[in-house]
Amino acid sequence: MRRVAIVGVGLTKVGEHWEQSLRDLYAQAVLNAISDAGLELKDVQAMFIGNMSSGCLQGQEHLGSLLATHLGIQGVAAVKVEAACGSGGAAFHQAVLAIASGYYDLVIAGGVEKMTDVGTEYLTSALIMADDQEYVASTGISFAGLNALIYRLYMEKYNVKQEDIAQFPVHEHYYAQFVDHAQYRYPITVEQVLRSTVVADPIRLLECSPTSDGAAAAVLCPLEMAKEIRGDCIVEVVGSALSTDAISLNERADPTTFTATVKAAEKAYKMAKITPQDVDVVEVHDAYSILGIIDLEDLGFAEKGRGVELVKEGEIAKEGRIPTNLSGGLKARGHPIGATGIYQIVEIVKQLRGEFGKNQVDNAEVGLSQSIGGIGGTVIVNILRRLR
Amino acid sequence: MVTPSCPRVWREQKYKYRLVGVRCNRCGSIYYPLVRVCSKCKSTELTPVELPRKGILLSYTIIHYPPVEFKKYAPYAVGLVELENGTKVIAQLTDIDFSELKPGIKVEAVFRRLREQGEEGIIEYGIKFRRALE
Repeated sequence: MRRVAIVGVGLTKVGEHWEQSLRDLYAQAVLNAISDAGLELKDVQAMFIGNMSSGCLQGQEHLGSLLATHLGIQGVAAVKVEAACGSGGAAFHQAVLAIASGYYDLVIAGGVEKMTDVGTEYLTSALIMADDQEYVASTGISFAGLNALIYRLYMEKYNVKQEDIAQFPVHEHYYAQFVDHAQYRYPITVEQVLRSTVVADPIRLLECSPTSDGAAAAVLCPLEMAKEIRGDCIVEVVGSALSTDAISLNERADPTTFTATVKAAEKAYKMAKITPQDVDVVEVHDAYSILGIIDLEDLGFAEKGRGVELVKEGEIAKEGRIPTNLSGGLKARGHPIGATGIYQIVEIVKQLRGEFGKNQVDNAEVGLSQSIGGIGGTVIVNILRRLR
Repeated sequence: MVTPSCPRVWREQKYKYRLVGVRCNRCGSIYYPLVRVCSKCKSTELTPVELPRKGILLSYTIIHYPPVEFKKYAPYAVGLVELENGTKVIAQLTDIDFSELKPGIKVEAVFRRLREQGEEGIIEYGIKFRRALE
């Protein structure tokens, strides 16, 4: 296997882009990434595009050809990669395989989602397609509702209060103030979270990731080639693993832990030859507040049931032991579904390069991103390391 | 929203009108929904089995922002139920006041209308759970 590096990253602001279509957003992110790498579009050999719901939300499939055409690079290998909310992480994983195998030398891992084209109830119908349509979606449960089932199990099993779990989105909103591309750049309080509308009892609105439009892209190539492309600061992909689990939470012995996270993390740590203690900066997939807590535990940063303590003790703050979601996370940076896994990669790369502005972690060398599809049916963990 | 489909609803009747899963002939593991291969012992010999209709509520939620095809029913409750043999099922909870919802209460399966496929489409039926009558 060849060693894989990231030589360029690009993104759009996350938000409600009323005047921009899916293809507009995607093209902007790719052009930004190519420009960041100091390359040209004609250098691109393949594109893996993370996207969940273009068929449902835009009536548009066949994104590989569509987006290659829009970028004027038809001829390249280009396909959509779909793993529900983990589509971005899965697209990145495919891009890593494409370079590591020696099959391609310059690959774009992109992600895009355009969620504001339809009303909330249509979006809710699209998102529950991440679970089993025949047995779970047919009950009328929403995706927030699935998380609510886990939320209540977790509170009971570990005797944790909602006001403690609600500190996770508060943490993220604080940091999002200083992130240019974040959707919600203002602070919130625990009181505001607990007073906000109930979406799926007990989950409150300010515990939910929002409706977001956005696109992000990364340019990957072999490590040897990266040294020629950019001498300054190279980021290597030292671990990349994807794991699946039973698609529905009722098919698992303990729904309060995501086995796919545990398995993907174990494999990625092993590939990177590190332990959780070696990680300097993290982006986790907190589609709902409770997931942020569960993710910290499943990735090995806290014992089961102790995730909230990391948050309360400031350990996930910029100066803490394990700085987490300094981008604002899915809650405040936003969650353009299939693009989110790539946003996380872009943010980690910027942290490792020392380009993350006010939220820069001092001398960050190793970063980890976690992307979840559905209610833990797919999880992708990627570990990046800066080489100087 | 899910595309309206008569063949799909017709095909699903046999395992949606009753609680039907499968039991592995080799190791005895039970699966709901049914699977083609046992994940524990990898046997492909599995037999359909009707599951117990009574169980306890493990967790629940109340849906205030539903998928579009359930809009007219909101708010409604959906629960995670553990059947008497340990199998877990996600299902809507019916005939119950929200104030009675509590993990640990006894529930039982009933046959109910699930959703409608618009003005001209078919009406889907299946299993919901209510508080057990004792």
